[in-house]
Amino acid sequence: MKPVYINSVGSVSAQKTFDNSEFLNEITEYNASTVPVIAPNYKEYIPPAAARRMARGIKMSTVSSKNALTEAGIENIDAIIVGTGLGCIGDSERFVSDIIKNDEQFLTPTRFIQSSHNTVAGQIALGLGCKGHNFTFVHSAVSFESSLIDAKMMIENDEAGTVLVGGVDELVDHHVETHRLIGHIKKEPVASQELLQSKTEGMVMGEGAHFFVLSNQKAPSCYAELLAVKTFNTLSKERLEENVLAFLERQQLGIDDIDLAILGNNGDVNFDPYYDQLGTSLFKDTPQAYYKHLSGEFDTATGFAFWLANKIIKTQTLPEVVQLNAIVPAKLETILIYNQYRGENHSLTLIRKC
Amino acid sequence: MSELKQELKEKIIEQLNLEDVSVDEIANNDPLFGEGLGLDSIDALELIVMLDKDYGIKLADPKEGRKIFESIDTMAAYIAANRSN
Repeated sequence: MKPVYINSVGSVSAQKTFDNSEFLNEITEYNASTVPVIAPNYKEYIPPAAARRMARGIKMSTVSSKNALTEAGIENIDAIIVGTGLGCIGDSERFVSDIIKNDEQFLTPTRFIQSSHNTVAGQIALGLGCKGHNFTFVHSAVSFESSLIDAKMMIENDEAGTVLVGGVDELVDHHVETHRLIGHIKKEPVASQELLQSKTEGMVMGEGAHFFVLSNQKAPSCYAELLAVKTFNTLSKERLEENVLAFLERQQLGIDDIDLAILGNNGDVNFDPYYDQLGTSLFKDTPQAYYKHLSGEFDTATGFAFWLANKIIKTQTLPEVVQLNAIVPAKLETILIYNQYRGENHSLTLIRKC
Repeated sequence: MSELKQELKEKIIEQLNLEDVSVDEIANNDPLFGEGLGLDSIDALELIVMLDKDYGIKLADPKEGRKIFESIDTMAAYIAANRSN
């Protein structure tokens, strides 16, 4: 099978990540229970006539995908694959609100057009004039990983040479309020650096758009090679270790081969024990990193983790702000990302320097 | 009539998200589509819904919109002659 190279990255997140020439040079700290993205100047990327109908998620994704394509030095691709938990939920909410408010009359087209999950992939394709494979995966916390798997399989099986793959989710009012009502968002604001010490229920909710150009050809801009991705809809804490080991074995690797484990701790006292389980057993001697104090938690937050892992390998730098334990990495070549959300939809993603 | 024209400009800017356009920049006889304000077919649908919702005017034939939506002047004249609320 052909190797899969990660030739470029693009990110719009709660940190200033949209500038690819920087790598967490300045950290924005929050004391909140929701963290919105630091928006770039969208007018620099999107013509005003096009931007006026775009939901936030589309704007974020347009910037992120443009940055990825620019860095890879390409103008078009064979396929566009996007993962999203809830798509353009903001316009969906407004469309449904209008239905109720106007007694099912006077429904306007713009909100309807934009309220579907695959709007982002469609808008990117329209912008690029890309008529190739266009797919959107909607699968909660493994939406981004599902997209990665599809992209990887397409490249390995020679169905595509270059694929734009990404993940996006947006913070919107009603969605946030719903999550507050069911206790999935922390009741109290939490300072970024104290997220893991909060020991309370729920998450700090975030948003973001992360896009990557994957290819069977290694470009000068290449960050790393994508070795493997695996998702698990259900997985108990007790079976976590054996599944991680089996995943690595399939790549003919062991725990000692992992230079850094990036864990998805989000400060939820009920579900961080999954990460603690690995951190204190399999990875007790492995350097560990975390990131949701910087990005917030959302269905495609692992897009931020994937961006982080690629940046770490390319710059050979592990920023202090993401270090979870005191073990200093001997080298930064092979990185494993592990994530789950509320004990479900687990994922393992492995990348390596190339 | 001038109040209606002012109201239409405000509604168009708000409902079509014309963030970079102010009321003063839209002349009463500027073409709304094409070379003028640059509106497109989706905007035309939004304007048809606006006529119905805000002025009680149902366009039976969407092709009528081509003449009605030529400019603020033509819109205001049509609304003044046909409005039911």
